[in-house]
Amino acid sequence: MKNQTKITAEKGVQELFIRREFEAPRELVFKAFSDPELVLQWLGPCDMGMRIDYFDSRTGGSYRFIHTNAQGQEFAFNGVIHEVLEPERLIRTFEFEGLPERGHVVLETATFEALPDSRTKLTIQSVFRSVADRDGIVAAGMEYGVNDSHKKLDELLEKLVNQPA
Amino acid sequence: MRRDVFQAIADPTRRQIINMIAHQTLTPNGVADNFDVSRQAISKHIQILAECGIISIKQQGRERYCNVQPKKLDEVTDWLADFRKSWESRFDKLDGLLAEMQTSPKR
Repeated sequence: MKNQTKITAEKGVQELFIRREFEAPRELVFKAFSDPELVLQWLGPCDMGMRIDYFDSRTGGSYRFIHTNAQGQEFAFNGVIHEVLEPERLIRTFEFEGLPERGHVVLETATFEALPDSRTKLTIQSVFRSVADRDGIVAAGMEYGVNDSHKKLDELLEKLVNQPA
Repeated sequence: MRRDVFQAIADPTRRQIINMIAHQTLTPNGVADNFDVSRQAISKHIQILAECGIISIKQQGRERYCNVQPKKLDEVTDWLADFRKSWESRFDKLDGLLAEMQTSPKR
C-alpha cells in the first residue's frame, strides 16, 4: 500500500505540516532532497517542466527553481539555505516570485527520522508570515493549480522500470 | 487586495460571525449584539464577508438579513485538497526515484 501524505493545517495558525513516510533509509531520502540532480527528478509539478537556475545546496547556500507550463509561462521561486545537516535536517526559506508583492517568505524545516526496517519519516514544517499568507499562498499561488493527471509520474516510473540502472 | 473565502476565514471575529449566521439568519445589528466591539467594526467584517461571497445580504422591508452561502463554505473544507494532491504526486515520483536508487548497482 502506498504511504499516505498527511497535511496538517490548523485553522487560524500561520504554519502547516506535511508528513510522509518512505520505503528507503533516511540517507537516501535526504539525498533526494539535497542533491540537485535528484531534486530535478521529482520536485516539479506534474504538468510542468522544471529547471534549476542555481542551487548551492549547503549551509549558507541559496537556490532558485523555475517551473514552466505547457504555454511557456514561467513560475519561479527562490530562497536561502539556512542549514544542511546530513542526514537529519534541512532548513531553508521559500518565496514564490509570482505573488503581486515581494516579502511573503516561508520558513521551511524538513526533518528526516530513521524508522525500523530502513524506512524514513519526513516532516516538513512551513511557517508563514501570517495566517492570511498561509491560506492564500497554499490555496492560490504556491502550487500553480496542479491538475493532477499523474501523467508525468507514470512516465517517470515507466522510464525507471525500463532503464537499466 | 483579492477578496476570497480564505481572507474571510483568516480573521477570528469573521469566523465567529460565519458560525453565528450559519445557525440563524441575523440582521447586522443582531450580529453586533453578540460582540463587544463597535457596530461599525462588525459592519466592516460583514461587508468583507459579503465581498468574499461567503454571506449574502437580503433586503426585506426595512431590515437587511445575512445568510451564509453554503457552497462557499465547501471551498473552505476543501481548501487543502489541491495542495495535498500536488505533494502526493511529487512524493509518488520520489518513491519511484528512491526505489531506483536502492536497486542501482552504483550504491
